[in-house]
Amino acid sequence: MKRATSKKVKQLPATSEWTFEAIDAYHTEIARVAANFGLDSYPAQIELITSEQMMDAYASVGMPVNYHHWSFGKHFLSTEKSYRRGQMGLAYEIVINSNPCIAYLMEENTLTMQALVIAHAAYGHNSFFKGNYLFRTWTNADAIIDYLVFARNYIAQCEERHGEEEVELLLDSCHALMNLGVDRYKRPPKLSLAKEKLRQAERTEYLQSQVNELWRTLPVHDAKPGKVSAPRFPPEPEENLLYFVEKHAPLLEPWQREVVRIVRKVAQYFFPQRQTQVMNEGWACFWHYTLINKLYDEGLLADSFMLEFLQSHTNVVYQPSYNDRWYSGINPYALGFAMWQDIKRICEDPTEEDRAWFPDIAGSDWRETFDFAMKNFKDESFVAQYLSPKIMRDFRMFAILDDEHEAKLKVSAIHDETGYRRVREILSDQYNLGSREPNIQVWNVDLRGDRSLTLRHQQYRKRPLGGSIDEVMKHMARLWGFTVRLETQHEDGTVELVQETRLEKRRGQAEN
Amino acid sequence: MTRIIDRRFDSKNKSAVNRQRFMRRFKQQIRRAVNDAIQDRSIRDLDNGEQITIPSKDLSEPQFQHGRGGIWEQVFSGNDQFASGDLINRPPSGGGGGRGQGKASNEGEGEDDFVFHLSREEFLDIFFDDLALPNLVRTQLARITDYKTQRAGFKSDGSPANINIVRSMRGALGRRLALGSPFSARLRELQKELERVIEESGEDCEEALKLKDEIGRLRAKIEAIPFIDSFDLRYNNRIRVPKPTTQAVMFCVMDVSGSMDEEKKATAKRFFMLLYLFLTRTYEHIDVVFIRHHTVAKEVDEEEFFHSRESGGTVVSSALKLMHEVIAERYAHGTWNIYGAQASDGDNWDNDSPICRELLGAQILPWCQYFAYIEITPGEPQNLWREYEKLSGEHKNFAMQRIEEPADIYPVFRELFKKNFV
Repeated sequence: MKRATSKKVKQLPATSEWTFEAIDAYHTEIARVAANFGLDSYPAQIELITSEQMMDAYASVGMPVNYHHWSFGKHFLSTEKSYRRGQMGLAYEIVINSNPCIAYLMEENTLTMQALVIAHAAYGHNSFFKGNYLFRTWTNADAIIDYLVFARNYIAQCEERHGEEEVELLLDSCHALMNLGVDRYKRPPKLSLAKEKLRQAERTEYLQSQVNELWRTLPVHDAKPGKVSAPRFPPEPEENLLYFVEKHAPLLEPWQREVVRIVRKVAQYFFPQRQTQVMNEGWACFWHYTLINKLYDEGLLADSFMLEFLQSHTNVVYQPSYNDRWYSGINPYALGFAMWQDIKRICEDPTEEDRAWFPDIAGSDWRETFDFAMKNFKDESFVAQYLSPKIMRDFRMFAILDDEHEAKLKVSAIHDETGYRRVREILSDQYNLGSREPNIQVWNVDLRGDRSLTLRHQQYRKRPLGGSIDEVMKHMARLWGFTVRLETQHEDGTVELVQETRLEKRRGQAEN
Repeated sequence: MTRIIDRRFDSKNKSAVNRQRFMRRFKQQIRRAVNDAIQDRSIRDLDNGEQITIPSKDLSEPQFQHGRGGIWEQVFSGNDQFASGDLINRPPSGGGGGRGQGKASNEGEGEDDFVFHLSREEFLDIFFDDLALPNLVRTQLARITDYKTQRAGFKSDGSPANINIVRSMRGALGRRLALGSPFSARLRELQKELERVIEESGEDCEEALKLKDEIGRLRAKIEAIPFIDSFDLRYNNRIRVPKPTTQAVMFCVMDVSGSMDEEKKATAKRFFMLLYLFLTRTYEHIDVVFIRHHTVAKEVDEEEFFHSRESGGTVVSSALKLMHEVIAERYAHGTWNIYGAQASDGDNWDNDSPICRELLGAQILPWCQYFAYIEITPGEPQNLWREYEKLSGEHKNFAMQRIEEPADIYPVFRELFKKNFV
């Protein structure tokens, strides 16, 4: 960092206490520099909140409004406890993918932290939300807040009409299946509050009045009695369990379908965030680092400000080693920041190695390359595409193969000439949601028999299902209303029944 | 367009509803935890919240996950010794070492218990739930002592709103007088001198001018004394006085003979707690005397009262005698309200029960505001019960009840609460 000492510039305030004027001044400068770099973002809305409110925000998964559910209360209590005991600092910021982009700053932060957070959240994350293809496709920043308000009111209405207990049970079941309630490949229509409201009434009526496929019990006059197999339902396996429940579960009331739909939509909204952690955090870190340094170079910042800033920054992007007490996997902030810095280096100052590995970006304009990379990748493909040998060396990466049938662990590749590609491949797979989470799809419904539903789990690298299968299956059965089975298909093609949850009591009978 | 919005004063308890839902959902677990907590509490310690622990597996949110097993291949950082193809022993399961994100997170958050803090209100609510208290009584008990503010003279610091102007000005005047008096005396002298000089040698003589000059300087000095200074300020002193100002003593009498098991003691404890809670709402200062007995009675501290084990026969009168002695010795001079609470399983040495009745009726009840007896037993009434029954007709301040579970406790106090609250 060289300081431009030639011309005298008025420094921004460097006190540790923040004021609204100071935040405004910093924000104006940061916005100016960001615009010079050509960052395209939603307008920023900066909100100052207390730590209490920050914990509230934590509890409702970062959203400013959300429906009520005990699990949010649980999160609030545990956050509150660890915060009060000093076991955990709160995040300095929460940023919401909405238009305008809402960034929360916490009252307790120093002025330096506020400036860092503005650069990080209101420009870093914000521009990522606006640019990245996953967010563009799957989320609708203009409508999300409205939709959540709608969801909250709708669920409150249901509670009044049908009882909190009933709604809570339904939400429990939906939450259990939330991760499997997203479309991974099919693009959803954009959310819009107006349309949503308009269609909601229509949809509920229509759905209920429509003869459900499952109820289509008109006797089938088999023209050819020798027919071998009945048509499958669903014709193709369905990956989105909640979608399937919403559309096809025979016994759900209209309002229950709507609640399932709400949970599904919320899950879908968070889906891109789970897939772009490294990129997104790295991108935000890169920009707060770059923007603040630019201001410093212009002579706007005091040295004391800079020292505090650098200390926080290095804390965030620190990567402990595998044998370190603090190690908990690869730090997405560290990896992301290093990769973006590295891409910039490859663009501006490529080595021979870079030219061999990245012929298309070595020596290119870094802003254009950045834009392309930010817009068109997710963690998995980003790592596969841009992880350079230099980063692997810097992080001293190595891959361990853990096969339960082998007595020992094996180091399958390290950061050397023969291992680079393998390490990169493995790391990329680590970020692939498809392999991180079990692949479970709706396989079959026994239309002509007991209406039982069969889920099929495609095993990945012989990993069994763990956790509370039992519980989740009960939730699935509650939603479906009839027996639910779970099968596992092994990699050699054999199928094994893992769990069968019977639910024979029909609602009507249960109530009598 | 950018906006900076101050949300700090917006609604605070956004999560309050979610918290309530959580409490309702896990009422069973929380109640169990509160019961455990009561065992460890002092009976005087009812005005605090409580740290509550629930096994986290009871409140897990289930999800489909990968389990342990199969093939995992993961990238770690910070290689310091490995070359590709090395074989390593598996680290002991669960142990730290190089086990990274993948494995650990797939195993969930570990088996730690979920700990959180119940507020005082929430704690009391659950406590009362068990005792089946009527609502009116609940609200009365949970109320925190009212204070009233009272004037108590003046003090030299306080908030500007409380400045007492008269006092402050009086102080300032006194100070001005005191500081100025040497000058004023001199001034008066000079005035006289000046008059004399003017009379003798006219207005414009040198001496007169000199005197005038000095008078002028003295006047300036007097004027320079500040009219009012910060240490002149006096403030009205207001103190908060708790409204009830009386005192009470509570006697806890418990049978600790072999037949009183832990469960019975726990029930007895709630009985004492409830009485104590009632007393704290009515009296400002409360002494508690713990008397336990088997064949002999002994005054002990709370710890020993609830937790030490004794066995042997039962002579209830020994405890009543001791109680009477303590009253006579320490609490007899009329300023104390005396409450007695006795818990027993009713098993007494046969010949002793009539003595108990006499003692209680003649020597103790006349002193007492209220005496409550509970017999914790599921079986037939014992001899002590039958003797006491004779008393309950004669004395209005005596109540007795047979108890099988905590919800039976309240009726013992019904009279007491009715008298004071309704």
